Amino acid sequence: MILELNHVYKDYTRGKNAVSVLKDICLEVEQGDYIAIMGPSGSGKTTLMNLIGCLDVPTKGEYHLAGQDIGALDDNALADIRNKYIGFVFQNFYLLPKMSALDNVALPLLYAGVPQKERRARAAEALTAVGLGERVHFLPNQLSGGQCQRVAIARAMVSHPQLLLADEPTGALDTAAGNQIMEIFQHLSDQGMTILMITHEPDIAACAKKTYHIRDGQLITDAAHKEVSRHETT
Amino acid sequence: MENIRLAFQGIWGHKMRSFLTMLGIIIGIASIITIVSTIKGTNEQIKENLIGAGGNVVTVQLYQDTYPFDMAYNEPPAGVKVLERSTRRELEALDGVEKIAFYTKREFSNDVRAGSNSFFGTVYGVDPAYLDLMSYQPSYGRNFSETDFAHFRKVVLLDNKAASTLFPGTYPVGETVDIKGEPFVVIGVVEKQSSFTPKIQTMNDYHMYSDTGGGAIFIPDSTWPIVYRFDEPQCVAVQAGSTDQMTKAGKQVADYLTANQISPNAAPAGSSSGGAESAAVDAGPATGGGADGGSSFSYRSEDLLQQAQQLQEMSNSTNQQLIWIASISLLVGGIGVMNIMLVSVTERTGEIGLKKALGAKKARIRVQFLTEASVLTSLGGLIGVLLGILLAQLISKTNGIPVAISIPAITISVVFSMAIGVVFGLLPALKAANLNPIEALRRD
Repeated sequence: MILELNHVYKDYTRGKNAVSVLKDICLEVEQGDYIAIMGPSGSGKTTLMNLIGCLDVPTKGEYHLAGQDIGALDDNALADIRNKYIGFVFQNFYLLPKMSALDNVALPLLYAGVPQKERRARAAEALTAVGLGERVHFLPNQLSGGQCQRVAIARAMVSHPQLLLADEPTGALDTAAGNQIMEIFQHLSDQGMTILMITHEPDIAACAKKTYHIRDGQLITDAAHKEVSRHETT
Repeated sequence: MENIRLAFQGIWGHKMRSFLTMLGIIIGIASIITIVSTIKGTNEQIKENLIGAGGNVVTVQLYQDTYPFDMAYNEPPAGVKVLERSTRRELEALDGVEKIAFYTKREFSNDVRAGSNSFFGTVYGVDPAYLDLMSYQPSYGRNFSETDFAHFRKVVLLDNKAASTLFPGTYPVGETVDIKGEPFVVIGVVEKQSSFTPKIQTMNDYHMYSDTGGGAIFIPDSTWPIVYRFDEPQCVAVQAGSTDQMTKAGKQVADYLTANQISPNAAPAGSSSGGAESAAVDAGPATGGGADGGSSFSYRSEDLLQQAQQLQEMSNSTNQQLIWIASISLLVGGIGVMNIMLVSVTERTGEIGLKKALGAKKARIRVQFLTEASVLTSLGGLIGVLLGILLAQLISKTNGIPVAISIPAITISVVFSMAIGVVFGLLPALKAANLNPIEALRRD
């Protein structure tokens, strides 16, 4: 098992009121899983993503990633966990505009303390794997949106993480570019990569092996979701 | 290293903004370098003007109270003995004293004529050692010989200034000069061996260095009584073993002469009139209180080294205040850097959030922003130094003020500007490091 969420709650205080964004979330992710989490905006899916991505810690409940209790770790230890175990892909890529594709991809290795020569070699390798071996020295503004997202995937994969965490990876792309990204995800999944993806597009979610829905801060399986939906329509 | 490279990348990425940020530092450092260079240049020139000319020579002369005793307006004082040549050996035995020469002089003399040309300089009656000690060498004609002194020959040597004043356009050697109506034959033109000439920029400078300013003519001291008096107290030129010994050698000679040459009841004769005011080392309590009370005589050394130091201190203290003002502009520049860095942190929250998501620890973000701030200010400091040197050169070209570039000042300036970066970069760096990655990523 790669990660396990055990009755996790997340509250935010807005002024005097505590708002429960996530309620009693239980989730187990096995090695090689390809999971999509769907939900409308405001449902708490970004908060869940932040929790799983170790950018935030739960208010209540336990979160284990790679055998470690995330709730008990301090900022620096969380940074290490993110660096070692998690690869992030964001909706709007988050590439640093003044850096070449290669330097962008090499960034996580810099924080891992990998020497420069090895950083460059591994970054070039990761870019080749997403089909951008020819464009390592391009700046992000010289690349198309789809290419930028592929650079971001290369950056996520360069440190050989255990989990690829993608937040609306195709949200800013046209269908063709989106499909290319999905192909890459499929390929990674075939190689045994564990992928957890947040999306609101059913087409994209359909690529995953398993789909969960998040509703009012609660996680439900696809089957239960269909049940609820059918009730609502009738 | 990686951080410094990234910092340069960031600065280059925002050329205009970086330059404006650095401007405060650039102006501050440039003004400090300019001021320091000018001070140093002035000081070095003061020192050079005063001691550079003579080969470590201190002059000792008779003072009445606090003024040099001037024979042009006074009778020789009673009780002050004329120096014997034997005194020379005793003086030369003193610690730090290398060589001794005696001379008499008339400053601002108008006793000298050649045809219709007159001369407004100094007439020296010199002993055989004087010209050599003051490093005068004949450039035309010949030097004084033993027989000139022994046979009271009425011969005269001119310096270049005197030669061009008295004999404009003609070859002076062999011509005749009238000193108080007595004809003296010009046997040569002498020149100081060092190529040094004092730079005269202000009236103060002129008065300070004027003793060669009006020119000088030299006659053998044995002929001095032919035109002037035989019983004049002489001045002494003391050559010290080294520059450091100048003060000490001069003081010892002055003390010795005061103790041995002035009788306890020395008294002024005739009316007294002060000469030009001049810094001098007090050679101990003067012996003798005159019959009319008040006036007392002593030998004092005119210590050029100390005089130079006093002048330097004066120019230092005025310029110290300028440095303070420049430091305030540096402080303002530092605050400017802090402002821009704070704006930059806000602007780059996305970048900071991403870096944190990718595993950058707080310390790394902190170091990144600190490096950026100090690279920015160091670069500003370097540009400021270059600008300051340029400005100093410009000032020296246009105003004629001498400048000397001070290496320690440059080093301190660059290190200081780096420190400004660290100090004023601290707040923005802490702000960046403490950003919550979720908040930072959300804002976009």
